[in-house]
Amino acid sequence: MSDNLIPVNGAPVSDLDLGPDAGLGEPLEPRLGHDLGSAPARTKRRRREWVQLLIDAVHYRRTQIGLVLFCFILVVVLFGPYVAPHSPYQFVVRPFAHPSSTALLGGDSLGRDVLSRVLYGGRSVLGLAILATVIGLGLGVSLGLLAGYARPAIDDVVMRLLDVLLAFPQIVFVLLMVSVLGPRLWLIVLTVGLSHAPRVARVTRGATLEIKERDFIKAAESLGVSRIKIAFAEILPNISSPLLVEFGLRLTYSVGLIAGLSFLGFGMQPPTADWGLMINENALGISIQPYSVFIPVALIAILTIGVNLATDGLSRAMIGIERDTGAS
Amino acid sequence: MSRIILTVKDLEIALDPSGVEIDHEVNFELVEGEVLGLVGESASGKTTAATSLLNFQRRGAAISGGSITIDDRDLLTLGATQLRQLRGGVISYVPQDPGSALNPALRIGLQLREILEVHGFGSSHAEREARIVEMMDEVVLPSTKEFLRRYPHQLSGGQQQRVALAMAFACRPKIIVLDEPTTGLDVTTQAHVLDTIRDLTRAHKAAAVYVTHDLAVVAELADRIAVMYAGRLVEIGPSNELFDGASHPYTRRLLHAIPVLTGRRTLEGIPGFAPRPGRRPPGCSFAPRCAYAVEQCSAAMPPEVVVSEMHRVRCWRHEEVRAQAPVLAKEDSGKPESSGKDGLVTVRGLTAWYGSKEILHDIDITLRPHECLALVGESGSGKTTLARCLAGLHPFKIQGDIEFRDKPLPRLARSRPRAVRGAIQYVFQNPYSSLNPRKTIAQILSQPLEMFFEFNTFEYSSNREEREKRLQKVLELVSLDETLLGRYPDQLSGGERQRVAIARALAADPTVLVCDEITSWLDVSVQASIVELLVRLQREIGLCMLFVTHNLALIRSIAYDVAVMSEGRIVEYGPTDDVLANPQAEYTKKLLADTPTIESRALRA
Repeated sequence: MSDNLIPVNGAPVSDLDLGPDAGLGEPLEPRLGHDLGSAPARTKRRRREWVQLLIDAVHYRRTQIGLVLFCFILVVVLFGPYVAPHSPYQFVVRPFAHPSSTALLGGDSLGRDVLSRVLYGGRSVLGLAILATVIGLGLGVSLGLLAGYARPAIDDVVMRLLDVLLAFPQIVFVLLMVSVLGPRLWLIVLTVGLSHAPRVARVTRGATLEIKERDFIKAAESLGVSRIKIAFAEILPNISSPLLVEFGLRLTYSVGLIAGLSFLGFGMQPPTADWGLMINENALGISIQPYSVFIPVALIAILTIGVNLATDGLSRAMIGIERDTGAS
Repeated sequence: MSRIILTVKDLEIALDPSGVEIDHEVNFELVEGEVLGLVGESASGKTTAATSLLNFQRRGAAISGGSITIDDRDLLTLGATQLRQLRGGVISYVPQDPGSALNPALRIGLQLREILEVHGFGSSHAEREARIVEMMDEVVLPSTKEFLRRYPHQLSGGQQQRVALAMAFACRPKIIVLDEPTTGLDVTTQAHVLDTIRDLTRAHKAAAVYVTHDLAVVAELADRIAVMYAGRLVEIGPSNELFDGASHPYTRRLLHAIPVLTGRRTLEGIPGFAPRPGRRPPGCSFAPRCAYAVEQCSAAMPPEVVVSEMHRVRCWRHEEVRAQAPVLAKEDSGKPESSGKDGLVTVRGLTAWYGSKEILHDIDITLRPHECLALVGESGSGKTTLARCLAGLHPFKIQGDIEFRDKPLPRLARSRPRAVRGAIQYVFQNPYSSLNPRKTIAQILSQPLEMFFEFNTFEYSSNREEREKRLQKVLELVSLDETLLGRYPDQLSGGERQRVAIARALAADPTVLVCDEITSWLDVSVQASIVELLVRLQREIGLCMLFVTHNLALIRSIAYDVAVMSEGRIVEYGPTDDVLANPQAEYTKKLLADTPTIESRALRA
């Protein structure tokens, strides 16, 4: 359309790339940030696309709730150990003791303070989950770019190999690896990351296929820029939005997987304080001392729901950006 | 005098929350059966004004004042139900891009039937079916069952647009709003669609509002023309009067920008660009770009002055403007330089495939140093493929010889020696996709410098200064301001983007520049300034150019030789003047006849 320069919520329309739009022949309008005078004041540094995406996403209620939940967990995880009344390994009360002034949330199966263990036990879950997600994303993005931008033959080989990995449910794949090679931390992080890679790669490849048809890629090719450089310097910045959404989604899964592994006894090992492990250890006493199980369950739930809501807001904001700028 | 069926009075449209005005004091009326051309550059508010005739505004804009009356009913006061009946029934709309206007999941027959059913056209199923057949005949499409069962993607762009026309005319509306319906089509298809529109409006006595940025397109079609600039009607009048006695400086400049078929002429773009809503200067909005501007112009908006019964203009100095005679683009005094030198790029017996389909057959062309060859043809004729073969961008098999400086040229740019790669540069058709939206203009322009001159962007080394000097130089060559370097492509207008794309090509210091329909996405006024730029570059740095276009009228302004392509073959090849004055091939004749120009109107008159 002729003048699509309408700000959403007063913010400048974001800069996701312009598709052909309806405007065949008629140039699309520059954004509002565009100065028209003959002596253009230097427009203030324009926000990067993913920053704009974050800002747009925060306008959604679901993102706000998600962020609040996530920040709550973050505060617990980061500052919990400093305010914990006891050491997580110290026996302070009877096993499965009811809440008292010594142990505000009661005792666990061995008489350790549930509150302290909860405050200490988030680090492993969140830290490992983020690490695994970063690994999965790095691997998946590289493979996806390779598959999407390389010759069709390489694309086929890479994607079929990834399909094999995809055939395993994530938890089964991780369990298989861990039970064969033993419950080592680095292995858990690596295999969880690895199990994300095919899924991330698919998303990356899809986004890459669309971008690589654009003329600026051909322009770079005609200049003789190396393919690796084109993939990482030309294509990657253009698919940052879907990848940001993908990061949030994969983080949710990582949390679930890693907590699940600990629960199943393949993750963190006793006596470590870990939310997943706590659920396992205290499951026996659930009827006598429900806090020792429900508090870690609730925290894991809050973490995954929070990340998920925030991610959902992000993807909605992304669709909004695409609609506003006519990109498909 | 026929009956007035639509009156627009003091129409005002503004951005919704901010109240920034888009259109202001728009007044015109439509007479039964007439075609009104609504002309202006991008951001002039013409599309906004046109869609308001259906009481429709895009998100974020709203009609804030005035009235639109059809048959004594004010459109702006109608309820949703009444409005729905009106749209499509009494007044209908043909969008710019039929590809996105037709539902891709529904067969076209169903979509046509839907319109008739919604508006309760005809009393029986049979009657409606008969109407569909009739409509298809009217838009010169087959009305067979098989054809109606097709999906939109199974039709060509021209066919899609004709289906959209059929939908718009289906219920025999009194008024039809056409929003640049031919902009995406090549000249031949455009000519057919324009013919169809003309026949339909005549046959049904429907009035039409035809929105376009190209005066040449409506020159023959429109009875009256309204010129919009910065949200106001600056001039409105009968076509003849407007072409012969344009009274607003802006109308004059638009006319200067139109390429013509007869006589070699210099195209003149309009310097600067149309101010966007919210950034319009006080007084006359055109004053900053106007050669006639005096103090009074920037002080107050000139009132509408009646020149003759049907002709109104908004300019303080309209009498002086009208008194100036020349309206068409100026004659060019430059002579073709017959270099007679050997070819710089020689193509012999070139055959190219796309997948397994042969799309170029036995092509021979020669590009000589310092000369420009125009390559003309409709879409699908293979002209882009030929251009890409030269640039090393054709991904499939080719056969035959392409030689550069008497040495064979490898098929892909990647496998060419670096010096050769830099020497042949390619400018893409669409400036909206040829610049990486995530990079600043400085980064985009640095890419060829890094590739060909080892100027590294990231190092603060001694050659940094050198690099910036070169950046400045290429920007200067394409007349862009240095302040653009820190911006991103989407902060630039279409014309500026295309200049950046040209600058990127020039940064590699090429001897051959391949321009692939580089003006087809731009306004006519911007096209003129780009062509001006290319002509200047050719003269100043002696570039050898291949200029690909579908617009025959354009080539006279830039090229002295022309190759006409059709279905993968060159059907005519020779000096531009000869080919245009005395075309030999049937195809060239047809192409010439289809090219919309303003002189064909003059000849008719």
